[in-house]
Amino acid sequence: MALLDVEDLSVTFARRGQRTVRAVDGVSFSVDAGEVVGLVGESGCGKSVTSLAIMGLLPRQKGVHIGGKASFDGTDLLQLDARSMRDVRGRDVAMIFQDPLSSLNPVVPLGIQVTEVLQRHRGMKGEAAAKEAAALLDRVGIPDPRRRLKEFPHQLSGGMRQRALIAMAVACRPRLLIADEPTTALDVTIQAQILELLKELVRESGTALVMITHDLGVVAGMCDTINVLYAGRVIETARRRPLFAEPHHPYTVGLLGSVPRLDAGRGERLTPIPGSVRDVLPWPDGCAFAPRCHRRVDACVGEPPELVLTHTGHSYRCVNPVTGPVAPARAQEEQA
Amino acid sequence: MFRFIVRRLLQVIPTLFGLSILLFIWLHRLPGGPETAILGERGTPEMRAAIRRNLGLDEPILVQYGRFMKRLIQFDLGTSTSTKREVTTEFLQRFPGTVELTVMAMLIAIGLGIPLGYLAARRRGTIVDHASVAGSLIGICIPVFFLAYVLKAVFAENLGWLPSAGRQDPTIGATRITNFFVLDGLMTREWDAAADALIHLILPGLALASIPLAVIVRITRASVLEVLGEDFVRTAEAKGLTESVVRRRHVLRNAMLPVATSIGLLTGQLLSGAVLTETVFAFSGIGAFLADAISQRDYPVLQGFILIIALVYVLVNLVVDVSYTLIDPRVRVR
Ligand SMILES: Nc1ncnc2c1ncn2[C@@H]1O[C@H](COP(=O)(O)OP(=O)(O)O)[C@@H](O)[C@H]1O
Ligand SMILES: [Mg+2]
Repeated sequence: MALLDVEDLSVTFARRGQRTVRAVDGVSFSVDAGEVVGLVGESGCGKSVTSLAIMGLLPRQKGVHIGGKASFDGTDLLQLDARSMRDVRGRDVAMIFQDPLSSLNPVVPLGIQVTEVLQRHRGMKGEAAAKEAAALLDRVGIPDPRRRLKEFPHQLSGGMRQRALIAMAVACRPRLLIADEPTTALDVTIQAQILELLKELVRESGTALVMITHDLGVVAGMCDTINVLYAGRVIETARRRPLFAEPHHPYTVGLLGSVPRLDAGRGERLTPIPGSVRDVLPWPDGCAFAPRCHRRVDACVGEPPELVLTHTGHSYRCVNPVTGPVAPARAQEEQA
Repeated sequence: MFRFIVRRLLQVIPTLFGLSILLFIWLHRLPGGPETAILGERGTPEMRAAIRRNLGLDEPILVQYGRFMKRLIQFDLGTSTSTKREVTTEFLQRFPGTVELTVMAMLIAIGLGIPLGYLAARRRGTIVDHASVAGSLIGICIPVFFLAYVLKAVFAENLGWLPSAGRQDPTIGATRITNFFVLDGLMTREWDAAADALIHLILPGLALASIPLAVIVRITRASVLEVLGEDFVRTAEAKGLTESVVRRRHVLRNAMLPVATSIGLLTGQLLSGAVLTETVFAFSGIGAFLADAISQRDYPVLQGFILIIALVYVLVNLVVDVSYTLIDPRVRVR
């Protein structure tokens, strides 16, 4: 059994006087213990909403409807009441977010923001908690942790702030860590460091990681399995190597084409996918990508495409898939 | 922090100085001086002139101002033209009552306003929210003296739960030290006196609290709503922290900055605005005395009062600034 099994997750937002938004529309994926799984897709495709739904962090109010299942270790998180979910969050499942500055409380010293998790879930107090907090900051590569504990978020650099948030997330050795675009708000050099840190942490602790990103370049270096999302649906799932070597969905191929490569020459242009997700919301019943797809055929409209499973465990939803290796150069880069 | 406070206090001096000039000139330009108040419309020009000379009002305004400042430096506010007593003495006797009333009103307003505002924001769109928004609108609209009459009629005269007038039951025979009756009672361990003074504060305190309560509810609600949408609240929730820790440490602490500012402004307003409420409850604070002073053109009393109010505003603002630096490390001073 997988550690996390998301089945047919759907989230709709209904607002009075506005069109109902189906932000997540039947997403399924699973995460094994210790596995690194990528959720990749353009901005607005429902990645954050998916992760917030799993965490129970979507507003519990009229108009927000969540369907499907998210089984963590056999328990459906979506069925837990608010109080039990508080026990799970931060202890078994932790999360880090995109913008480290706004994700930290500006008026509370860093030390308290770390120790409050230790106190909540591990019952640690006073000096023991402070010691553990310093050890955690040290572990995520923050120098002089004792002094840093007394400081406030605005006194830290962007990279240090994200490291601090990672320290808080791993404080209780969760079995699952969800990272929602953890490097998007950071400088390129810092991005690489943070990714390296995450990789190292999950390798050492055996924590499973769901890595959310719009950037295939990020998942290329670290994910075991990759799920590509489009307009609230998973349109392709594969292990890392086959996905990069032989993507089947035209959208995935397009995403690969728009990965900025460090080895690309100056003159080389990226080949972005024309249009954006927003152009096609709400999507018709068929394939949501059809309006932007260069391989569109008549069968694309009407029924949503069935999930096709290949013998390699690669699955996709497309009636006119790309076959054969498309990006040999990238496949090699992958093996390196 | 200490240096910051001293620096701020020194900055106050020029402010008060400027203010005193403005007020002095403004007061003396009001039509109808004390001689009219004393003599009515009938006095002959000679009698008027005599009174003005007597009070030193015939001299050039600069000379008058100079004399006023010279006395002020020695904490002498002059003699009331109507009661013929030292203004300082009058104030020391009457001001404590008003201060007690203001503190009571602010405690009520803060103690009810912040939880209500928080609840309204948390339960946004529900009946709790609508009720507190509507209620605060009523609180702002309703004239304070009218509310005072209603409270008095219902709770004092009809139900008889609370006293309808005064600051304390004189038959208790409480010992006076500072003229803050509650404080005196505590200091002398005359608990019944303290309790009685406290009970006398409830109705006028409630009436006076209505406007600041409404303002605090609204500001807290708006501020909490804003903070609830912040990423760090989501982080706190993602850590699985208990509701009370999220509320206190992450939401309210950030939401309190605008509330602290408004509390400062409201307190100053209350001190100067207690007049009508005090009249309704025959509460011997500064209110009635001041009303008399206005009709009597009692310049020394008015000047002294306005200066004291200005000083209170400045001090309350200083407290607000200090609380700012305590709440938010980003504005902390070196
Ligand atoms: N609270 C909300 N109310 C209404 N619509 C929302 C809300 N949160 C997200 N959405 C919509 O859901 C869709 C998916 O958003 P999101 O998951 O944030 O995308 P991303 O993949 O960039 O993380 C978007 O169209 C967004 O506008
Ligand atoms: Mg997002």
